Amino acid sequence: MKDTIDSYVTADGRTIGGVMMEMKNITLRFGGVVAIKDISFDIREGEIRAIIGPNGAGKSSMLNVISGFYHPQEGEVWFRGERRPTMKPHNVARQGIARTFQNIALFNGMSVLDNVMTGRLTQMKTGIIAQSLWYGRAQKEEFQNREIVEKIIDFLEIQHIRKTPVGRLPYGLKKRVELARALAAEPKLLLLDEPMAGMNVEEKEDMSRFILDANDEFGTTIALIEHDMGVVMDLSDRVVVMDYGKKIGDGTPEEVRNNQAVIDAYLGVAHD
Amino acid sequence: MPDQFLFAIEVMINGLMAGVLYALVALGFVLIFKSSGIFNYAQGVFALFAALTLVGLQEGQIPFSHLINAIFGTHIHHFGWHIHSVIAIAMTVAVMVLLAILVERYILRHLVNQPDIILFMATIGLAYFMEGFGDLMWGSEIKTLDIGLPQGGSFWIEENTAWLGGENFYGFFIDRLDIVAAIVAAILVLALTLFSQYTKQGRALRAVADDHQAALSVGISLRYIWVLVWAIAGIVALVAGIMWGSKSGVQFSLSLIALKALPVLMLGGFTSIPGAIVGGLIIGVGEKLFEFTIGAPFLGGATENWFAYVLALLFLVFRPQGLFGDKIIERV
Ligand SMILES: Nc1ncnc2c1ncn2[C@@H]1O[C@H](COP(=O)(O)OP(=O)(O)OP(=O)(O)O)[C@@H](O)[C@H]1O
Ligand SMILES: [Mg+2]
Repeated sequence: MKDTIDSYVTADGRTIGGVMMEMKNITLRFGGVVAIKDISFDIREGEIRAIIGPNGAGKSSMLNVISGFYHPQEGEVWFRGERRPTMKPHNVARQGIARTFQNIALFNGMSVLDNVMTGRLTQMKTGIIAQSLWYGRAQKEEFQNREIVEKIIDFLEIQHIRKTPVGRLPYGLKKRVELARALAAEPKLLLLDEPMAGMNVEEKEDMSRFILDANDEFGTTIALIEHDMGVVMDLSDRVVVMDYGKKIGDGTPEEVRNNQAVIDAYLGVAHD
Repeated sequence: MPDQFLFAIEVMINGLMAGVLYALVALGFVLIFKSSGIFNYAQGVFALFAALTLVGLQEGQIPFSHLINAIFGTHIHHFGWHIHSVIAIAMTVAVMVLLAILVERYILRHLVNQPDIILFMATIGLAYFMEGFGDLMWGSEIKTLDIGLPQGGSFWIEENTAWLGGENFYGFFIDRLDIVAAIVAAILVLALTLFSQYTKQGRALRAVADDHQAALSVGISLRYIWVLVWAIAGIVALVAGIMWGSKSGVQFSLSLIALKALPVLMLGGFTSIPGAIVGGLIIGVGEKLFEFTIGAPFLGGATENWFAYVLALLFLVFRPQGLFGDKIIERV
């Protein structure tokens, strides 16, 4: 197992470091529904970690636990060597964990540029008085952040829609803007909930490229949920497989693909 | 020009000025409604409370003096000093910010994710509490508010417009206080717009108004935004309170302008700031003009009391989303 060593180099030459995020025995219930049942896994520095599983398996719930939107009844979340107390989502975001949503959550009334700028909020420090007076330091900060945002916009090839209100964009571009907003935070950990759902082949290829490049160029650690097996095999270093709230597989794409429990889950073999 | 026409114009201008105040109160409603979905019934009482506090501070009134006198048999009422109006306004702003913090801490925080109607009820409770609290703190007698704004008709305008009409027209009579109110309101709206467009807090505010989940995901604290919005609404209420109080004294009826804001919102839409402004102006002009042309001559007058509500009702029937509100399309 790779877990036992501290860091390693992948076939394509990227360095994967030690454990960044560790989920220990997480259980999450909604009334009688057990969305996550005693799951443990970790995410390593610099890796692309996929979470897969059939509909309703609890994948989004897991992402919501990591980002602080859901609070598990049992289990521990460890981030960068420290146990994380129960935390509000905005505080999780401030720790350097950014995310996108399965059903896109953008600010529809705002332009693409403004949407991406909100991604910088965690990085901006000047207080309300300085900001209101548009005082030197606040102004400088705004310009610096604007520069970073423009870079992200170039990176994701959405310059042509910079000023467009997000509500008017087609689905595929909205997904891209949401990724841009998350990347603008320069997160340590990026969580993507089905970034390619509902896209055509060409859009999927673009998105895959952006995800790989973000990981490679910015060194961003990424956890993503995806249904398209081809994409998962191409992108990810390691895969967690969930089914009915339980973890049924964990390993490299290769290992997972040959795991009998996983094959059964995907082929719909009856549960006992 | 026929004098009758000039009188109508004068009525219209005066209506515009009244409309500015309606717009200010409606603006306070919209700010809070947009960011938190709460219809703040207490917005009018905020204006009253702010004006009471301002007068009290300015005149050096001792807070709760009635209460203290009743309990200890003393006869205190004033500290015996006067505070400059600019300082008193700054202090009142601080009080309104504190009020916003307390509202978030003791009301909103405990009612998140409750149905809208519960939050609405909470603001009704808040309104009555604030009204009583204001009375207890500053006394219930009518007070004059004078922060040195110009008052009375503008002779300059009168003299320079008299030539427009005939024998019976002496020029437009426009209260200078109204002109100041209009200018201040315009500056306030401009400042708010710049704040929301070009500062990070403003961006956060718009973000929260748009999507709570997404706002959380970029690290915005909803509590902070609520305090911010309620504080801004409190300051807007202070401005409305100053204008209204300077004109007709600080008294309980000030809190009733909140009820006039309701038809303004029906016209302008609950989520539109331009809507609140235009709606306020339309109602202000509409009710004065209606009274002048139809109400007084044919209906026995006093139509200003109900005109706004009838207009709002017509809007509810024919354009429920208001002038600028988002079109309501039921999802099926
Ligand atoms: N907020 C919630 N309240 C109640 N039940 C919930 C909530 N969120 C998720 N669930 C339930 O938890 C279970 C797992 O849902 P989840 O959305 O995590 O699945 P998923 O693996 O992301 O599925 P999909 O592939 O369809 O997105 C489901 O039974 C779902 O109904
Ligand atoms: Mg999901």
